[in-house]
Amino acid sequence: MKILHSWLKEFADFGDDVEAIGDHLTALGLAVEGMDRVGATFPGVVVAEVLRLERHPDAAKVTRVYVDAGDGTERHVWCGATNMKVGDKVPLATLGTTMPDGREIARRGILGIDSEGMLCSAIELGLGSDSSGLLILPESATLGRDVFDQLGATPDVVFDLDVTRNRPDCFGHLGVARELASRMKVSLRERASATVARGAARSLPVEVHSPHACPRFTVTVMSGVVVGDSPDWIAQRLTHAGMRPINNVVDVSNLVNLELNQPNHAYDAASVASGFVVRTARDGERFVTLDGVERELVSDDLLICDGNDVPVGIAGIMGGQASEVRSDTTEIAVEIAHFDPATVARSASRLGLRTEASLRFERGVDPHGAEKAVRRFADLLSLTCPDLVVHDAMSDVRSADLVGESTPVALRPSQVRRVLGVTLDSKGLRNVLAPLGFVVGEGTDSVVVGVPSWRPDCVSEIDLVEEVARHVGYDNLGKIVPTSPVHGRLSPIQQRRRLVRQVVRGLGAHEAMPNPFLAPGDLAAVGLDESNALLLANPLVAEESVLRTSLRPGLLKAIAYNQSHRADHISVFEVGHVYPQGTEQLPDEYEALCIMIADADARVAADLWSQVSDALGVGAQLVTNEAPAGFHATRSVSLRRGKVVLGAFGEIDPAVLHRVGVVGRVACLELNLSIVLAEDVKPHAAKAVSKFPSTDFDLAFVVPDDVVASQVLRALRQAGGKLAVDVRSFDVYRGKGVPDGSRSLAYRVRLQAPDKTLTDEVVAGVRQSCIDAVAKLGGTLR
Amino acid sequence: MAGPRTPSLVADVHSARDAALKAIADSSDTAGLRKVAAELANKKSPLNAVRAQLGKVADAEEKKAVGRALSEASQAIEEALATAQAALEAAEFAAQVANEKMDLTEYLTESRRGTAHIVTQAMEHLEDVFVGLGFQVAEGPEVETDFYNFEALNMPASHPARSEFDTMFIEPHSPNHQPNTVLLRTHTSPVQIRVMQSWKPPIYAIMPGRVFRRDTPDATHMPVFHQIEGLVVDKGITFAHLAGIIEAFTKAFFGSDFTSRLRPSFFPFTEPSAEFDIRRANGSWIELGGCGMVHPNVLRAGGIDPEEYTGFAFGFGIDRMAKERHAVDDIREMYTNDLRFLRQFT
Repeated sequence: MKILHSWLKEFADFGDDVEAIGDHLTALGLAVEGMDRVGATFPGVVVAEVLRLERHPDAAKVTRVYVDAGDGTERHVWCGATNMKVGDKVPLATLGTTMPDGREIARRGILGIDSEGMLCSAIELGLGSDSSGLLILPESATLGRDVFDQLGATPDVVFDLDVTRNRPDCFGHLGVARELASRMKVSLRERASATVARGAARSLPVEVHSPHACPRFTVTVMSGVVVGDSPDWIAQRLTHAGMRPINNVVDVSNLVNLELNQPNHAYDAASVASGFVVRTARDGERFVTLDGVERELVSDDLLICDGNDVPVGIAGIMGGQASEVRSDTTEIAVEIAHFDPATVARSASRLGLRTEASLRFERGVDPHGAEKAVRRFADLLSLTCPDLVVHDAMSDVRSADLVGESTPVALRPSQVRRVLGVTLDSKGLRNVLAPLGFVVGEGTDSVVVGVPSWRPDCVSEIDLVEEVARHVGYDNLGKIVPTSPVHGRLSPIQQRRRLVRQVVRGLGAHEAMPNPFLAPGDLAAVGLDESNALLLANPLVAEESVLRTSLRPGLLKAIAYNQSHRADHISVFEVGHVYPQGTEQLPDEYEALCIMIADADARVAADLWSQVSDALGVGAQLVTNEAPAGFHATRSVSLRRGKVVLGAFGEIDPAVLHRVGVVGRVACLELNLSIVLAEDVKPHAAKAVSKFPSTDFDLAFVVPDDVVASQVLRALRQAGGKLAVDVRSFDVYRGKGVPDGSRSLAYRVRLQAPDKTLTDEVVAGVRQSCIDAVAKLGGTLR
Repeated sequence: MAGPRTPSLVADVHSARDAALKAIADSSDTAGLRKVAAELANKKSPLNAVRAQLGKVADAEEKKAVGRALSEASQAIEEALATAQAALEAAEFAAQVANEKMDLTEYLTESRRGTAHIVTQAMEHLEDVFVGLGFQVAEGPEVETDFYNFEALNMPASHPARSEFDTMFIEPHSPNHQPNTVLLRTHTSPVQIRVMQSWKPPIYAIMPGRVFRRDTPDATHMPVFHQIEGLVVDKGITFAHLAGIIEAFTKAFFGSDFTSRLRPSFFPFTEPSAEFDIRRANGSWIELGGCGMVHPNVLRAGGIDPEEYTGFAFGFGIDRMAKERHAVDDIREMYTNDLRFLRQFT
């Protein structure tokens, strides 16, 4: 929202320290996003007339413009703009002029042809924000004279405010001035009304068929209108506020809107002589808006029609062409209505049509602002229409949905104290709130505050507490660090998550964060079921429309990407959520860990599991005969606890690697962290270290391939019993001396008793038990 | 005749001693020395031969003299052995060390340690700061219901502020799933409601996590990013406590020469609402996030009586913090998973 310093000053003595004003605005919650100094004049820019235009065959983007700057000589200027035509008056920065950005206009030419100056846009002159073409000057401008002088330009400052959506009143200069006056403790001036002639009563018939969507509809007829240009100061004001001057009637309509946050519409009165009907559109009804676009409407849209039911505008958004004010219009009908914000918002959003009017109606306009707006409209129009007559008996249809001019809201001083920590009685509250237009009653426990109709944001007590906070000043509410009575800590799950990350980092993996959105087919490509994946209803792009059910596709993409960039030692991991469909409203979302190491085989994957499971103190059944989907069928293990799948490790299926463009083998460990981290791991009770000597013996077995090594190890541990303090595999051998379909597995068993030295007989007994146990599995001692 | 025997035995001791000392001195390495020592220990060694005869010496004086000579000789030999052993060992170790020279700079390797993503690093840093301020850490699902993401946060259906969140919705997957009721959370605020529903005041919690907006990626925005949210609900909590926590956090996280300010803003779920900015030592301000007193409707949605408790909440983006901390030009670079990028941040 562009707010002009000069305009604000019409309401109160804010002074000229614009930096201070900017700080006040920010402190009020009207964040200043930009502060432009505009209209600062500088010498050397004169009014020139376009004599003729010429294209140069070798310069496609520029035009040769011949101008007369009042001295009768033809000057030649190169120009990149295209909006000028012969006869237009345009600003010419003459040679030697220093522009606001510091550059000096020099005789620099193109293609060896000099340029005798530069034609300027509004933005180059600091006269507005329009950079789309040359600033076309009024026909009345005198050739050769200073442009700023001719435009009556005066320096001004434009504050670009980020007005929050709850403060529609600050979409008008008056609303901002009211806030600022309260903060700066200066009084807000009421405008003295000019004396505009009143005329005989003239009412246009109005029928409102949608009372909820249109709580109020007023029409005022004015005659004695002469359509023409606005005075320079109005044109300049609109330009600085970011609008284009059109003619005196439209300009006044826009000024009233920008000043009072009161959208309004001026019709050519003759074209709406039949009056107005406000109704909802019929599904499929079509209407051509002022911008020339034909729009298809639905029954949710509210239409303003003339008395013959012919639409003349979409309520609160945009009018139509047929009833526009024309150059020969002498009587106008000024509509000032109030529309339901949600209705306007829905239509504007559906039509993709956001206008200065819809922006305001969506947020809330003062439903009782019509009278004041009509007065201001007439005052401003009378500046260019001295014979203006405002006819009495404004049509004013009000529905039951119209709120009052003041709405009572109870405010307890105790609540102000509870939330803000400041103590204010009814008098104190009045001092803070009255300058904003609130009427504060008497009382100790509770006071009734009359909320003015331009403040639709204040409907409950807490809204008023916020008003008090803003105007006492956030900086004046103090800073106290609360002493937390809670023991600050990470939960056991969070601590274990950090442990997992540390352990995995220690294994050399780098944490990646792939996109959780996948393309259709990505899950299938890595061998996973895609039917249980959630889909986005409104994805940004189709390639990101599937929610992942596994971290594998993302990490495989990361590996492929890094391989294509010639990285070596590719080792990545992710800790992140996956979202498989469930039976409830929300999916069976859980947190997963996936580690992938490129150019590594299943042995590395087994090591990953060994290290991670040891660090976390979790165990699982290693199921070797059911290959997890997407893994290498004979080089992978499912991790289970009964029916619960904890994860898997092994090599990624070579077919998957081929499909996703990964070269070499990939070792992978995948775990359901939501289960694994939630496990309550008790601290280990210390076992006393034996002081007696230990004895080792080695055993090598020929074991058929269908007996898995972990079974053999478990059998040895069981056979060794308590005395077997350590059993470890130290060799796996296939080849000469070992039959095909078998391999040699070698183990070292260490025996030790806590309370005595073991005799040879005991050692021999345990050894035999071990041999017998493995024999039961089909293994024979070598 | 008794006379000449005595000098002869003592002389034998002396000559045996001298021979032993010479053998020790002549040893050129510890192995040779060990051999000499073994020979000296042998029963048939010259000294031991004299010792064997000692019992046959009848004269007490003489026996005493020979005994003294033997004892002195043994002591001298032991000392010589120990000294020689030490000297030879030292020389041998010195020779070994001299022969085993290695250039260890040939063996310097690249780090094999992995790295944490810079967003994780920032998140853990933030968690640690708030844990130090007495906060616990709460988490919630990333796929959320309309109730937790909007309705409970004082944004009932058709609330205009909803349109500002650029929400991504989940396609209905079953007949009882209505369109636009399940979504990817647009902020971490739904966890506030879940915390209020399941914990009891006093609540001092932070809620870091991943959030989603339907935003086209650019140098400063990603559709998937991370936020951290704070919630305090207790008796007697005022706006001053909010400002106090923001200030304490600012100093703890950024440094003691940073300060903070709150300025009014608008969010449906807090009132009064504020933006909070932090000020660098050089006086420049950085916008950090939003905060405010928890709206009574939000407390109610969380099952907490706003007449008994008050509270405040705050939230801000984590990705931007990581981006600033590591001077990353383009936020998209943080999500390419390029190892050349990831490996930098050990």
